[in-house]
Amino acid sequence: MNWSVIFEPDTLALYTQGLVVTLQLTLLSLAVGAVLALLMALALVSRSAPIRLPVAAFTYFMRGTPLLIQVYLIYYGFAQLEWVQARWDTVWPWTHFKEPFFCALLSFSLNTAAYTAEMLAGAIRETHKGEVEAARAMGMGRWQLMRRIVLPSAIRRMLPAYGNEVVMMLHSSSLASTVPALLDLTGAASRVYSDFYLPFEAYLFAAAIYLCITFSLIGGCRLLERRYLGYLAPRKA
Amino acid sequence: MGRGALNQHDMSGYYYSILHGALLTVAVSLASLLVATLIGLLGAAAKLSGRRPLVWLATGYTTVVRGIPELLMMLLIFYGGAIGLNSLLELLGSDQGVDLNPFAAGVMTIGFIYGAYMTETFRGAILAIPKGQMEAAWAFGMGPLRTFIRITLPQMVRYALPSFTNNWLVLIKATALVSLIGLHDMTYLAKQASAAAREPFAFFLFTAALYLVFTAVSLQLLKRLSARYSLGTDKVQL
Repeated sequence: MNWSVIFEPDTLALYTQGLVVTLQLTLLSLAVGAVLALLMALALVSRSAPIRLPVAAFTYFMRGTPLLIQVYLIYYGFAQLEWVQARWDTVWPWTHFKEPFFCALLSFSLNTAAYTAEMLAGAIRETHKGEVEAARAMGMGRWQLMRRIVLPSAIRRMLPAYGNEVVMMLHSSSLASTVPALLDLTGAASRVYSDFYLPFEAYLFAAAIYLCITFSLIGGCRLLERRYLGYLAPRKA
Repeated sequence: MGRGALNQHDMSGYYYSILHGALLTVAVSLASLLVATLIGLLGAAAKLSGRRPLVWLATGYTTVVRGIPELLMMLLIFYGGAIGLNSLLELLGSDQGVDLNPFAAGVMTIGFIYGAYMTETFRGAILAIPKGQMEAAWAFGMGPLRTFIRITLPQMVRYALPSFTNNWLVLIKATALVSLIGLHDMTYLAKQASAAAREPFAFFLFTAALYLVFTAVSLQLLKRLSARYSLGTDKVQL
């Protein structure tokens, strides 16, 4: 074991750079994914089949295929289409497909959105019947009912499962290292490994950082659950 | 015209090679599942043994493994394992270098990771069995192993299956990662094919469809298994 190389300023700077990319990818994907998931969950519980079925097919595809394939589909598939490449210098949304960061972010967001949407749709379907009836009796319309009664409690109830999804997203972000020219924490570890031929030290150091982030995320989720799910906790004697 | 026909022919060759890689994906998945199930049973036994060192060891294992990305774990075992193995051989006085077989490294890694998830699955399933069952078996004079095989195992299958099914579905998808340590599974071949044929979408979509077929088929099989092991129980009517 030779840990001195790992703690040299240059190596640490590389890890820091990777850590920043990992955190950016994780947080941005979760944010974009959450917005998409909310829309998709509303579509999934919709009574109209033309709205529900395409979204259901999308989540089925995203949840049934490996994320690695999805990253490849976007980075090597979509971004390599001549039609896209003809436009990516000039026409707005396509200009982003030149950037590996955007391609990774897009695939991660769509992936986490699919999982979160199914979670949220499940929580919405579990809403207690009496709550909906009471809200209707108060004269609430469809959207008001959704916004004031169903969503606040559904989002609270999906918190524990969403905590797992957040950790999964952090771990999935390591697939960014498969996109060339994108250096996340795993990519940084691989770079250190190939520079110094020290696989144990390089990867174990990154693993320790991932563990620290995982534990902080789990701790954060516990706090949120205690705050927002306190009313479901067992009563203290 | 001739070129078009040739292209058509070339393309089908790529699809055949991906289908061939699908066999490797199935082999990696099943082998990893076997390793994960064995580790899971050992881990659950350790966690339920009540012996401090064993409990700590198993808890440490499940906590650490579930806190690290699968890809990182795979790179650590593949690259680190090769060096570790070689220095071990050197220590034993052999000067022959060996390379770690990517199939073995992939199966070990995926088995090792999903062993942690299986440990939790089996632990929960065993806890769900009424304690009287095991106590009755001991009263009949059955030893621990016989109690496990005759009493605990048949009953825990039913409790473990839903979570086992989830783990299996995630495991199949995780096998795509072995393509990154040079194993020629269907994901690897799809990437090669799309680079060679300059046909970015088709091969990846084809591979994705194969994964969907795998998950659909295994869901059906596991549903039957679940029905088989729930024979003696009444469904709750709500």
